[in-house]
Amino acid sequence: MRRLILIAVPYLWLLAFFLVPFLIVLKIALSDYNLSIPPYTPQLDLSAGWQGIKDFYDALDFENFTFLTSDDLYWKAYLSSLKIAVISTFMTLLVGYPIAYGMAQAPDEWRPTLMMLVILPFWTSFLIRVYSWMGILSNEGLLNKFLLWTGVIDQPLIILSTNTAVYIGIVYTYLPFMILPIYAALEKLDGSLLEAAEDLGCSRLSAFWLVTFPLSRSGMVAGCFLVFIPALGEFVIPSLLGGSSTLMIGKVLWEEFFSNRDWPVASAVAVVLLLILVIPIVLFQRNQERQQEAER
Amino acid sequence: MPQKVFAPWDDPQEKPLIQFKNVTKRFGSFTAIDNLNLDIFEREFFALLGPSGCGKTTLMRMLAGFETPTEGTIQLSGKDIGGVPPNQRAVNMMFQSYALFPHLSVWENIAFGLKREGKDKGAIETRVSEMMRLTRLEKFRNRKPHQLSGGQRQRVALARSLAKAPKLLLLDEPLGALDRKLREETQFELMDIQEKTGTTFVIVTHDQEEAMTVASRVAVMDEGKLVQVATPDRIYEGPNSVYVADFIGDVNIIEGRAHQTGDKVQVIWSESEPPLMATTQKNFSLDQKCYMAIRPEKVGISADRPTAANALKGKILDIAYLGNISTYHVELPSGHVIKAQEANTRRIARRHFTWEDEVWISWTDTAAVLLEQ
Repeated sequence: MRRLILIAVPYLWLLAFFLVPFLIVLKIALSDYNLSIPPYTPQLDLSAGWQGIKDFYDALDFENFTFLTSDDLYWKAYLSSLKIAVISTFMTLLVGYPIAYGMAQAPDEWRPTLMMLVILPFWTSFLIRVYSWMGILSNEGLLNKFLLWTGVIDQPLIILSTNTAVYIGIVYTYLPFMILPIYAALEKLDGSLLEAAEDLGCSRLSAFWLVTFPLSRSGMVAGCFLVFIPALGEFVIPSLLGGSSTLMIGKVLWEEFFSNRDWPVASAVAVVLLLILVIPIVLFQRNQERQQEAER
Repeated sequence: MPQKVFAPWDDPQEKPLIQFKNVTKRFGSFTAIDNLNLDIFEREFFALLGPSGCGKTTLMRMLAGFETPTEGTIQLSGKDIGGVPPNQRAVNMMFQSYALFPHLSVWENIAFGLKREGKDKGAIETRVSEMMRLTRLEKFRNRKPHQLSGGQRQRVALARSLAKAPKLLLLDEPLGALDRKLREETQFELMDIQEKTGTTFVIVTHDQEEAMTVASRVAVMDEGKLVQVATPDRIYEGPNSVYVADFIGDVNIIEGRAHQTGDKVQVIWSESEPPLMATTQKNFSLDQKCYMAIRPEKVGISADRPTAANALKGKILDIAYLGNISTYHVELPSGHVIKAQEANTRRIARRHFTWEDEVWISWTDTAAVLLEQ
């Protein structure tokens, strides 16, 4: 009985806060746009009894999903989001790996402090941190002022409102999600493995490539998914730092909801986005399971 | 046909494979190795024995190249190897934790060092197969380390470190992670493999039984110094100090004053008891402080007064029954407790002695060793 309750609690939670909202969104995605409150039809009329439910069911269709394929804005936005998410994930890996490696190599007494420094940005609102990047990257921003002062450039660089700013924003925001799993993998690494590799004829560098790198792979995979999944649907960073040419599906979704007030199309966009994300999430789960198995 | 006894250390013509010359190693203000000189010969199975923190691991890590001596030189086949990094030494090491690469299979682990040498595929395959046959691992070729038992992992580690045919193999507590039964079997396997391959082995251990079983010579270390370097039997029968006598096996130490005549020494050790007799090659001055070390198995125990040179009367305080042997703790009237050991050749129901029995303990005048310190 106690076990049943323990199992039931998380499932009920998921049911109430994930499955039910998803079904509501799916229902809206299958509805049609209408100038009313709420702005879609059909509405479920329970007072009409069985006939009401039947009418409601008959009025649902996949029209909005067909519409997504007919207007190239949507698939371009999906592709562009994928591209931005992939590139920024890769860049986060490039920046995050050396940091995690440095942390794992640091003396024991330094590690909690370094860990603290990685987590510290979370203490400030995400929105404020993205806004402050606007202050740094704008034409009269701190970065341009500094570069002009040092004489490296004589014209201010245009970074804000470009894809570059979006990449910087994503890499900055999601860096801790990359560092922490890689650090966890590197920290567990037994130092005698590297000594053994050296003893068997490896140089320091080849020992890194043949031992450290493959053994931190699971950490890298976990980090990449933790960055890729939220980056794909990212909305705040492209709308604050990106320009009009930055096309991301999160932004399109927001515009459909709040500018066009076309809830059914917006819901369809959201449902497709979720379906796209299911693939990496499943792969992520597999990676975690494999890693646990290897540790046993 | 009598075999020629393997004892290159007694032959002045023999060139040592490894020579430590006045080697000192300091970590900050801590001296791990203190002005140490040591020769290790080819084909030897050399054991470094000592309590944790005595410097034995540091000594081994200097041989592997992970540490460099602060002072002095280490020579391998007559060449100073002080500045040679670990990946260029003809020395391989078997790590205490085995340090098997968890992402590689048994085959890939063993082939790891050979691949770094850039050997061709055929040669690697032949050598790895040979190593797997030697360590009986053929069945586990494609397994990953986490799919192996402790004993199998130990064998993979051994095969991997032997694959490159090093001049010298270092073994850091190689059997520490195995249970007792398996450890005893593996000790003989190790000796067998050492003999077959003809490699010089240096083993670090804190287990004196293990050192005595496998080694051709044992070095007992304490606080960065070598206390005694000798064959297992000489270490056991002729320890040069109380420290060695106490560290290797069980021993009774009786402190007294020496009265020497020729090679006989009377040891005056108690007001009430008669002096004890021992023979020695050393010279003790009159009333010099000395320690008589006598192994429990050399102490006889009987109900009637025996005729041996040393006989003392006492009372049984405790009996440690180990199955094959029993150790009797006999308290003398002076308060000393002497341990005597007897093989249990009869069934326990017929044991002669029990607690509180009055007994005689005795040993001959050649059974004990007299030590100056």
